[in-house]
Amino acid sequence: MKKIYVREDWCLGCHLCEYYCANANLGGGDMWKNLKGKAIRPRIRVEGDNNVSFAVQCRHCDEPHCLKGCIAGAISIIEGVVSIDQNKCVGCCTCVLTCPYGCIVPTETGVMSKCELCVNNAGQAKKDKEGGIVGFIPACVQNCPNNAIVVEETEVTA
Amino acid sequence: MDLYVYPEFEVVRNEKKCICCQACSRQCANLVHSYDEATDCMEADDSKCVNCHRCVTLCPTKALKIVKSDHTFRPNANWSQATINELYLQANSGGVLLSSMGNPQPHPSYFDRLLLNASQVTNPSIDPLREPMETKVFLGRKTPVPPLEANNTTAVPEPYNPDGTLKTEMSPQIELSMPLMFSAMSYGSISYNAHASLARAATQLGICYNTGEGGLHKDFYQYGPNTIVQVASGRFGIHADYLDAGAAVEIKMGQGAKPGIGGHLPGKKNVGQVAQTRMTPEGSDAISPAPHHDIYSIEDLRQLVYSLKEATGNRKPIIVKIAAVHNVAAIASGIARSGADIIAIDGFRGGTGAAPTRIRDNVGIPIELALACVDARLRDEGIRDDVSLVVGGSIRSSADWIKAIALGADACYIATGALMALGCHLCRSCHTALCNWGIATQRPDLVKRLNPEIGTQHLVNLVHAWQHELKEVMGGMGINSVEALRGNRLMLRAVGMTKEEMNMLGVKMAGESA
Ligand code: SF4
Ligand code: SF4
Ligand code: SF4
Ligand code: SF4
Ligand code: SF4
Repeated sequence: MKKIYVREDWCLGCHLCEYYCANANLGGGDMWKNLKGKAIRPRIRVEGDNNVSFAVQCRHCDEPHCLKGCIAGAISIIEGVVSIDQNKCVGCCTCVLTCPYGCIVPTETGVMSKCELCVNNAGQAKKDKEGGIVGFIPACVQNCPNNAIVVEETEVTA
Repeated sequence: MDLYVYPEFEVVRNEKKCICCQACSRQCANLVHSYDEATDCMEADDSKCVNCHRCVTLCPTKALKIVKSDHTFRPNANWSQATINELYLQANSGGVLLSSMGNPQPHPSYFDRLLLNASQVTNPSIDPLREPMETKVFLGRKTPVPPLEANNTTAVPEPYNPDGTLKTEMSPQIELSMPLMFSAMSYGSISYNAHASLARAATQLGICYNTGEGGLHKDFYQYGPNTIVQVASGRFGIHADYLDAGAAVEIKMGQGAKPGIGGHLPGKKNVGQVAQTRMTPEGSDAISPAPHHDIYSIEDLRQLVYSLKEATGNRKPIIVKIAAVHNVAAIASGIARSGADIIAIDGFRGGTGAAPTRIRDNVGIPIELALACVDARLRDEGIRDDVSLVVGGSIRSSADWIKAIALGADACYIATGALMALGCHLCRSCHTALCNWGIATQRPDLVKRLNPEIGTQHLVNLVHAWQHELKEVMGGMGINSVEALRGNRLMLRAVGMTKEEMNMLGVKMAGESA
């Protein structure tokens, strides 16, 4: 399964990943049309200052506290990706409180969102020559100017 | 009151597209951009912009462009805008104008007026994708080894032993997968990550990079076989292991961007690992004298060449690097007789981390002419094979590279082009040490911007692309080994040159048959 790693040695604190994330989760396309004049709600957050900084997003824990805590059963692991069913989420914020990394982000409508490795963002689909979808490239990974966020395949721990 | 100089560039922001992400303000080390909370707008102070395109590149909505100001003085063909502004700056400061990178003046380029040949009908061209194409070269003395004594003055040693058998011992050589190297840039003038990128790329490519005069950081000894270590007039960072670490030792006599001028790393930049690597006290000015104080003649040079040969057990070729100046052919002839294995010549367009503007823009001669006259002179004197010739000073593309080889170079040095692959946008403000691309700076948050993984890949891509182009051009000429292109001036024709220029370059007019 895939995991995203951040490499704080190379993070510049430019915060661009936040904007690319917000844009990808608003359907992608022209960023200014999606984000102009709005407060963004990225699922990745950059911590630190100019000297030391790193991006934080969901770790896709093997035993997610958010999943255990969710009172509506809205969180599940789908092919290794900890995902929220926004139709089931009742906006109680239990997951926000239980995630040790602060990776759950409330949306404008009050239901929760979180990083799902961009697997639900059609704009981030990787396509083969025939146009078939072969995977998804996270927007933050794709657009980080200094390779400070990388996506790697990891062993599934039983 | 100072004389006012209007900003050279204006930052143009497309307000419709700007989403106030502030990436530009976070990334501009010159503090041009800022966010104004009251108006929820980004602002720019044009006067600080050096036009490095860092913000333009990173702006996620591509809302930025930098334009040359159309603000003008009363037009004057004699007093250009730049000349007037520079005069005002000097009237304000009383100082020598400083600048960096290569000579930007519109001096004529000879490379641009040389055209290459290709085979048609009477001789077959070669398809480099289907047939082998050799680009490997060896740099060093190709004639028999002279005895290892500094006072031995026979320039051309006997090829035979006293008993009549042929001498077979070869002088030490640098092996390169193609006739290209990254030229000298010191750790101090460029960053740790820039050096790391150059060293790793050189290793992957099977070519060499050059330490410059700042010594070799301990982390980079592992790239030794692909490193040329430099000995310059300041003798910074030199010790036995250093000399032994590289594939060759280069004595730097001069540099194309500032012939006759030494170097000066200000104390505030000579700190931490830079000072350690240079073996100089932290915070002291690292001054490279204009001359080597122990070299005032070819005989003196010979002593240093032989000292270095002895210090390295005669296992490393010795390069002597000079700037292309008026008497370059005679000087090169002297260097060839000094026992050096390789002569490197740096043309007047070569880059630098800092040089007085007037010197950078007005001293030295074009590398094309220097190369042609040195190659011709060494051939005339029968000593061309005693040395290899490496040239640099604005090899901008594989076309320049190929033409230089055809003019007689054994290999070319590139530096400006290599830095551009690392992100350099030729803003020519290296001397401010605030390089937004993490190259010509030591500020940790800026150095970090150059991730050597990305840098190495870009360098490898660039050089591979050039190598492909070299092979294609050679194939078109019907040549399958770069050795056969070297000095093959019949592969060149001139357009728009005078007879003297063609004579100097040893090339014929386009249309003239062989
Ligand atoms: S885009 Fe990359 S470098 Fe910039 S803040 Fe995010 S992780 Fe750091
Ligand atoms: S949201 Fe938090 S708790 Fe849930 S999987 Fe991600 S990191 Fe783990
Ligand atoms: S993978 Fe996609 S959703 Fe997750 S942080 Fe990156 S851009 Fe945002
Ligand atoms: S100096 Fe460079 S980063 Fe700063 S505004 Fe000018 S172009 Fe942009
Ligand atoms: S980087 Fe571009 S979008 Fe972001 S604040 Fe600067 S101009 Fe605006």
